[in-house]
Amino acid sequence: MAGPRIIVVGGGLAGLAAVIKIAEAGGNVDLFSIVPVKRSHSVCAQGGINAAKNLKGEGDTTDKHFDDTIYGGDFLANQTPVKAMCEAAPGIIDLLDRMGVPFNRTPEGLLDFRRFGGTLYHRTAFAGATTGQQLLYALDEQVRRYEADGKVKKYEGWEFLSAVIDSKGTARGITALNLRSMELRAFPAEAIILATGGIGAIFGKSTNSVVCTGSAQSAVFQQGAYYANGEFIQVHPTAIPGEDKLRLMSESARGEGGRVWVPRTPGDKRPIKQIPESERFYFLEEWYPKYGNLVPRDIATRAIHKVVYENHLGIDGQPMVYLDLTHIDRETLNRKLEGILEIYEKFVGDDPREIPMKIFPGMHYTMGGLWVDFNQMTNIPGIFAAGECEYQYHGANRLGANSLVSCIFGGFRSGPNALAYAKSQTAAEGDGGVAAEIARQTEINNKLLKNEGTENPFKLWRELGETMSKHATVVRYNKGLKEADQKIVELQDRFKKVNLSDKSQWANTSFAFARQLDNMLELSRVVVHGAILRDESRGAHYKPDFPDRNDEKFLKTTKAGFAGQIAGPKLEFEEVDIQFIKPRPRRYDATK
Amino acid sequence: MAKTVQFEIKRQASPDAPAVWEKFELEWRPGMNVISAMMEIAANPVTADGRATTPITYDSNCLEEICGSCAMRINGKARMACSSLVDNLEQPIKVEPLSKFPLVRDLQVDRSVLFENLMRVKAWVPVDGTYDLGSGPRVFPQQQEANYPLSNCISCTCCMEVCPQFNEDTNFVGAATIAQVKLFNNHPTGKVFKEERLRALAGDGGVQECGFAQNCVEVCPKQIPLTNAISDVSRDVTIQVVKDFLRG
Repeated sequence: MAGPRIIVVGGGLAGLAAVIKIAEAGGNVDLFSIVPVKRSHSVCAQGGINAAKNLKGEGDTTDKHFDDTIYGGDFLANQTPVKAMCEAAPGIIDLLDRMGVPFNRTPEGLLDFRRFGGTLYHRTAFAGATTGQQLLYALDEQVRRYEADGKVKKYEGWEFLSAVIDSKGTARGITALNLRSMELRAFPAEAIILATGGIGAIFGKSTNSVVCTGSAQSAVFQQGAYYANGEFIQVHPTAIPGEDKLRLMSESARGEGGRVWVPRTPGDKRPIKQIPESERFYFLEEWYPKYGNLVPRDIATRAIHKVVYENHLGIDGQPMVYLDLTHIDRETLNRKLEGILEIYEKFVGDDPREIPMKIFPGMHYTMGGLWVDFNQMTNIPGIFAAGECEYQYHGANRLGANSLVSCIFGGFRSGPNALAYAKSQTAAEGDGGVAAEIARQTEINNKLLKNEGTENPFKLWRELGETMSKHATVVRYNKGLKEADQKIVELQDRFKKVNLSDKSQWANTSFAFARQLDNMLELSRVVVHGAILRDESRGAHYKPDFPDRNDEKFLKTTKAGFAGQIAGPKLEFEEVDIQFIKPRPRRYDATK
Repeated sequence: MAKTVQFEIKRQASPDAPAVWEKFELEWRPGMNVISAMMEIAANPVTADGRATTPITYDSNCLEEICGSCAMRINGKARMACSSLVDNLEQPIKVEPLSKFPLVRDLQVDRSVLFENLMRVKAWVPVDGTYDLGSGPRVFPQQQEANYPLSNCISCTCCMEVCPQFNEDTNFVGAATIAQVKLFNNHPTGKVFKEERLRALAGDGGVQECGFAQNCVEVCPKQIPLTNAISDVSRDVTIQVVKDFLRG
């Protein structure tokens, strides 16, 4: 008998890491991805990957990495998996190095490390300012090697629609849509790993790629999977506002010495270079002398909001502040940051080596995601999750350069766990639920194609993005959150009247998008409801009406379950594993 | 009416359908690029003469010129749609699909040939396994700085689109694949496959098909030194062919 078949959905770092581990152990993998895997969103990660290699003589340890991560996440993360990740990180860097990732080097030929937010150590390995791209390519190359050996079959251009679940509630495969032929098909498997990334699209514009809609997570949530800590959304302090998206300006710009400031005088009209040091307000350095510009992202983002909206010191009265690299010599900038400086130059037109960049916070990352156990399995037997689409490693706020390590670590864990699970399974009864699931999906598709309403899905999406960005990002009020929930319910109602301007059956992008949008709406409610219920401030979740962290009531994981579209998400709390580090106040303006 | 932008977009409903040009007139917005224009069309799919149409099918993902998805011909030039700012383009902005790859629909083409080529030349480092085997080989900064630009290739295929030799007659692999051969042959562990890679680039469709038009290096959005890579690999292939001949 042939070995078990595993399906991996998503070809970013987490998905590819899982594929490699399964193929290496002799398993067979079907790899599904909307885009060719080499074009996955992981390419956008810029600054680096954390591991306490202690190659700078600072006495860094994996315990300190663990502590920084838990503290940075405001104690919301379960500590056991985070500890394991930090301990595995140095080995992961070595492996990536062996795979040929062109990490920057010291003169002696060793790995170079830079500083990142939320730590005082040089702990971030980097490949210029395109680290995610380089890491993804290394894993993509290894997967291509297994593909050449026949261990991996890629289904690029197929979008996951749902899990196939048998009468006992066990996952037995997936249904997917071919984005060219629009064919709907079921694929059986003994285990499924979802590695489907972020959810940026529910905020309209974000730093995420186009495919980061959260549609797959939402689909399995609606099939019974728990979604955890959905309310924790990271808004990156330094993004470049754009018409089509918010482009990330990496934290590494500050890691290499970049300084954030505004003129002390509102509306100062002098050319930037003529504003003397004494008249520049380096607010992060003044407010957080120890960490300075490298405070964690939630702190920096709120500080920028305060300077712009409370102190009214935004540049030219606009919601923008300077991120200044002009005091650093060109040669160093080009060697360490060229990739991101080019992005700024190309999309804004100014040379950031000469003129300070203008930046503003932008939605960047979801700490929350599918609930998984320590083996990376969701509550639906047979469905695993890894990478940004699950919730495990970052608590209430993710530290910069921890995402790449969490993706690879999660992928590495989920692969062998899924394989072991698959081997323990007996064959499904009957067709394992295939026919019923195909019938359900066919009905949804037909309804969408035949709809005769007046609503355009892309317009509904814009309204969703505006509502979510306004009410569910940096500063949250219960009144606003409730407005957002009502708005989403209204959009769900209007979605029923969507009329696709394209009803063809070939490479129909409107159709695929409408299916995603339906799922995005449902997931948005999870984010909003979690935020309403959590009357405290913790990490990225900030409510001015409840400015303090409340461990007694809310040192808890939020778990959302699906109770039908009308009822909305049903929330419960789960205890957090705090067995290694006792929660203490999180303050970056003083020594921790 | 507010300031507007004129677009002409080549549409084709399927590989067998006839190609038609559609005109669009959109409201100008600061910082607008070709992608945001197509997003606007999706939200309001109406041509300049007021006719209802369908949203445009095109590939895109990161919109930061790093995923390589949105390559197309804009005003006749192969480039990435995301970094094509409207203010820098002559109007009407004419947008067409890449011409050297099988068309799927509208601006979407099938570029999987590049990934097949990468498989053919074993563009990977053959590590023993993913278990912990200690640190990798030492690499001095000078070597890292030489390899890093080659590793920045985003597989957009612009270099193949503009190459006069990249066509069905020659079966030329194109500059991107050759640059990856150089990258992996330079790697302390990757070079174990050096001879196999060079043999894969000898003969029909191999590196000798290059006609030195140099279009590739001019069009590359990542400024990869492609012509240098082709010269270096070409030399190595020649040496390999002679060696293989002498060995019989």
